[in-house]
Amino acid sequence: MTGTLSSARTVSFRDALREALHEEMEADESVILLGEDVGRYGGAYAVSRGLLERFGERRVIDTPMSEALIVGAALGAAMVGARPVAEIMYMDFVTLAMDNLVNQAAKVHYMFGGQFNAPLVVRVQQGTGRGAGSQHSQSLEGWFAHVPGLKVVAPSTPADAKGLLKAAIRDNDPVLFIEHKGLYPRKGAAAEVDHVVPLGVADVKRTGTDVTIVTWSNHVHIALEAAERLSADGVSVEVVDMRCLAPLDMTTVLDSAGSTRRVLVLHEACRTGGLGAEIAATVGEQLFGELAAPVRRLTAPDVVLPAHTELERTLIPDVEDVVLAVRDLLSS
Amino acid sequence: MTDSALGTRHIPTQGSEPELVQLLTPEGQRVEHPTYSLQISDDELRGLYRDLVLVRRVDAEATALQRQGELGIWASLLGQEAAQVGSGRAMAEDDYAFPTYREHGVAWCRGIDPLNLLGLFRGVNHGGWDPDEKNFHLYTIVIGAQTLHATGYAMGMQKDGAESAVIAYFGDGATSQGDVNEAFIYASVFNAPVVFFCQNNQWAISEPIEKQTRIPLYQRAMGFGFPGVRVDGNDVLAVLAVTRAALQKAREGSGPTLIEAYTYRMGAHTTSDDPTRYRLTHELESWKLKDPIERVKAYLVRTGKADQAYFDALEREADGLAAHVRRGCLEMPDPDPLSIFDHVYAERHPLLEEEREQFAAYLETFDAVDAHDAGDR
Repeated sequence: MTGTLSSARTVSFRDALREALHEEMEADESVILLGEDVGRYGGAYAVSRGLLERFGERRVIDTPMSEALIVGAALGAAMVGARPVAEIMYMDFVTLAMDNLVNQAAKVHYMFGGQFNAPLVVRVQQGTGRGAGSQHSQSLEGWFAHVPGLKVVAPSTPADAKGLLKAAIRDNDPVLFIEHKGLYPRKGAAAEVDHVVPLGVADVKRTGTDVTIVTWSNHVHIALEAAERLSADGVSVEVVDMRCLAPLDMTTVLDSAGSTRRVLVLHEACRTGGLGAEIAATVGEQLFGELAAPVRRLTAPDVVLPAHTELERTLIPDVEDVVLAVRDLLSS
Repeated sequence: MTDSALGTRHIPTQGSEPELVQLLTPEGQRVEHPTYSLQISDDELRGLYRDLVLVRRVDAEATALQRQGELGIWASLLGQEAAQVGSGRAMAEDDYAFPTYREHGVAWCRGIDPLNLLGLFRGVNHGGWDPDEKNFHLYTIVIGAQTLHATGYAMGMQKDGAESAVIAYFGDGATSQGDVNEAFIYASVFNAPVVFFCQNNQWAISEPIEKQTRIPLYQRAMGFGFPGVRVDGNDVLAVLAVTRAALQKAREGSGPTLIEAYTYRMGAHTTSDDPTRYRLTHELESWKLKDPIERVKAYLVRTGKADQAYFDALEREADGLAAHVRRGCLEMPDPDPLSIFDHVYAERHPLLEEEREQFAAYLETFDAVDAHDAGDR
């Protein structure tokens, strides 16, 4: 990690993202924004507010309503020298741009013999918490981490959001940048201008000795709260924030798992075929004989998400669920 | 937001746009059109007015309920009542409609209790009407997808030899989506009995129509090989006449039509949106002069087709409907948490059965905690 955190200043996750965009656009003329409502409206979640006024219509582009166009045009521009940051309003709508992201952007560098790069960032927001229903709440990071050629980022704090977005913009490969909709108002230590967090490096957000919780995005905060509760009972929990889901920093996970010998993988996405399976499998492969208990997953069940907020909340692992899962893991 | 901050965007006005089919002017004057004539009885006319008024009242009540925290979100149809009622009433009983999430007026015309719509936006059910009974499909949320479903449905009707047609609703923003353009191609090539009904309400959240098209939308149809027509979407009579003709043409085997109902979204995109951030007050004010309901009222009053007693009675009916909507909304039961496992798959699924059991056991731990807490008191 380069750069510094300012202990004196706090900033929201949303404002930290805007700082990253603003700074990268100031520093590099080739950085452009495009998407629905990103300009005049300032983005559906107000991340790009003020950037049209600052950088003008040449670099902040309100597009027609076509996700295929947004990602496809970003790719076209990226191949010839731009560094586009495309916004897709909801992760769920990336499905409409799937060909351009999965078949095109992810494969350009390989299929064109390394003659072209695809340095684009696709920003999406995902997740539950607002009762937004089946087609506005899904956590689909696992799909994209499964595609060679794509990088996938899912930060949890304002400083990481800023540092990772800056790294993603500077990266020469296509990056899917996932923002949890519940995180936008969350405040945290601000990062200074040169704060860049390299892709592919996990962060231990809390050190502990008894159990390792591996998680990312909004659930980092749920894990930290659970760890705090458990510490009152003398249980020491280490929280590993993956931050980047492709590439996965398994070194950090294995180091932590090797020392605590108990691992809980926690995510909001449903269980089957989720990234928790990949992490659990790797821990099992590498540390089978050294673990004190089987790796445990705590996730949403394999259901379609409802619009009813109470029901939605019940389906997603919360602090109490994490506390119980950790206790269970310790007793096994 | 100030005018200068918004730049110098073109404000759509009827004067500078290609001619609209219109049968009732904004001032409430009945006019004739060479192609689209309409014979309508006084009873029918009053019926349309009643639809417009009641639909707007339901919409206002739903918006208020959302503001009071009783609905998760609401997509208001304010300003688009005539486009929806005119087209909804143009449908024959056997015709079938594919709506977006804003077609509350069409739902009304198909005999769906507004409470069904509120249940959906409250998150307690999935609409709950039987599309086969009402010939009105469930709401489609993701923009434009339903135009493909409508085309497929229409092709099925065609193969069955049915003498009926499908109407697919969508907005101006949707016309930029691949799905909608692909639906146009498919419908055209197969001569499917489908009417594409585009409510051009001028705005796709914050993006004005100029971000979607450089030509009037109805003219796009020509490139796909079927006719397009632009109708005054705030004129319920013109919408009725134009949609009737297009549906009849489809039923007779003469293929699709694109209708562009030229209208205006008077409210926000949804209750999550704040349109004052991106559009000008005077644009809204200019469209208020073209209100879809006021012109019918002016016509009814001027011609003596409705008297004060009629308007008073309708207002009482609207009050009653609003009370029904409010009361019914507040009384809706929450869904059973285990119901979340019921419709993931059509058939029994071993993984879901297992997870349902785990979830049921998990829910029981709350009951145990509740019982424990009750004991403490």
